[in-house]
Amino acid sequence: MSEYNFAYLDEQTKRMIRRAILKALAIPGYQVPFASREMPMPYGWGTGGVQLTAACLTPDDRLKVIDQGADDTTNAVSIRKFFQRTAGVTVTTATTDATLIQTRHRIPETPLTQGQILVYQVPIPEPLRFLEPRETETRKMHELEEYGLMHVKLYEDIARHGQIATSYAYPVKVEGRYVMDPSPIPKFDNPKLSDSPAIQLFGAGREQRIYALPPHTHVVSLDFDDHPFRATKADHACDLCGADASYLDEVVTDDAGGRMFVCSDTDFCTARVAAGHKGRLAAEAA
Amino acid sequence: MTAPILSVQHLERRYGARIGCTDVSFDLWPGEVLGIVGESGSGKSTLLSCLAGHQRPDAGTVTYDGRDVLAMAETERRRLARTEWAYVHQHARDGLRMGVSAGANVGERLMAVGQRHYGDIRAAAVDWLDRVEIAEDRVDDRPSAFSGGMQQRLQIARNLVTGPRLVFMDEPTGGLDVSVQARLLDLLRGLVRDMGLSVVIVTHDLAVVRLLADRLMVMKSGRVVEQGLTDQVLDDPQHAYTQLLVSSVLQV
Repeated sequence: MSEYNFAYLDEQTKRMIRRAILKALAIPGYQVPFASREMPMPYGWGTGGVQLTAACLTPDDRLKVIDQGADDTTNAVSIRKFFQRTAGVTVTTATTDATLIQTRHRIPETPLTQGQILVYQVPIPEPLRFLEPRETETRKMHELEEYGLMHVKLYEDIARHGQIATSYAYPVKVEGRYVMDPSPIPKFDNPKLSDSPAIQLFGAGREQRIYALPPHTHVVSLDFDDHPFRATKADHACDLCGADASYLDEVVTDDAGGRMFVCSDTDFCTARVAAGHKGRLAAEAA
Repeated sequence: MTAPILSVQHLERRYGARIGCTDVSFDLWPGEVLGIVGESGSGKSTLLSCLAGHQRPDAGTVTYDGRDVLAMAETERRRLARTEWAYVHQHARDGLRMGVSAGANVGERLMAVGQRHYGDIRAAAVDWLDRVEIAEDRVDDRPSAFSGGMQQRLQIARNLVTGPRLVFMDEPTGGLDVSVQARLLDLLRGLVRDMGLSVVIVTHDLAVVRLLADRLMVMKSGRVVEQGLTDQVLDDPQHAYTQLLVSSVLQV
């Protein structure tokens, strides 16, 4: 512990990141450039999120790290260990106990509360990137609010698949101004972005961008009048806890077509099972 | 008496010490087609991109509909560029989005000006594909699956879908074979007349301006050497260069 500064980063770096965070909070949805540091993990493993977490952590914080909803996957475990070692903070898996949650590709099912910070890991912060490869041009498009191109993508979806087939990283408009990539969360989670009492921070380490949603920000998923946005999930209930309104992972259980659907949010699922809820396969699993 | 839709005074664009175009002045009236001809390097494309706002001229004024284009905020200029103006590139690939379907290409301008009804956008796209003689069942094909002539027609549909008033065309028939050229010209002539478009068309092909243009401007080394009614310039060229240009056309 003593060989690292608190939360790994030096104070000047944290100061620089906090300034970027403040700017991002002041302009919801705007991508603020920052001098991203090399972190002791590869790009794509959440270097942006880790720097945000490091800049926000205090010794009293209780940290939760999730990867695709789960607390026990490689990415989550390694980042949790990293901060246990470099910051010595308390860690938890319970959403309600945590003061700071770093997440990859999910928003917890349990509603967030005031005072919590949710940190997202973002691979590509620019929602227009796959439509317009030039950075100078996309910046100009944000500046001038030229977002027609975003709808071209949704048009293509409907023309090819009969519906909006974009199912993750679904573009949103923040407070009627900036179009934002909510990181690759399933579009099922999009409604939770809006009017959340928690602070939501987005960090892209390789792309060196930070953006944010302050509490109670109005966030709208883009759509067409005749093809409105729908938050979709697998049409099942969780096979372990029986929840029918949580986002589900499909798990193939054998090579004869056997499969089960389980909540992707492991904390939510275990809490329900502990409270006595039972799903279709709960008896077998127990 | 109406006012000119586009008025250009003493426009100049230099590339360092070299002249792109200099001292170009003209008025374009509503519904009029102005042809700009000249050899390669005579500054006609430079002039066009200055007019369309792709490049900033070094001197002179451009007035569109009573408004000074060069003094406009970029927001406003870009809004003009996607509503009241259109720009047809020489190579359809420059003007099209090759990664998305023909329908999306036509619909892009509609979505850019705020249309958010899929059914309406698609209906407009199909209608415009029909007007430029592209079959309805090609609406979901990508432009890369189209022939050169079809790509050019698609680019025209994509530009005209928002009903612009002023169209810039940079060699719209370049790189097409003669029979496709003839059909494209026929189509363009119909659209220009039906929609009452004002057009600035840059070309080195005198046949194109003979068919389309009301008035003609001949450029040489960045300067306008002769201008007048198309028939007058082509049938009775005064300037030595124009005479050379007219006599260079191969007679079949």
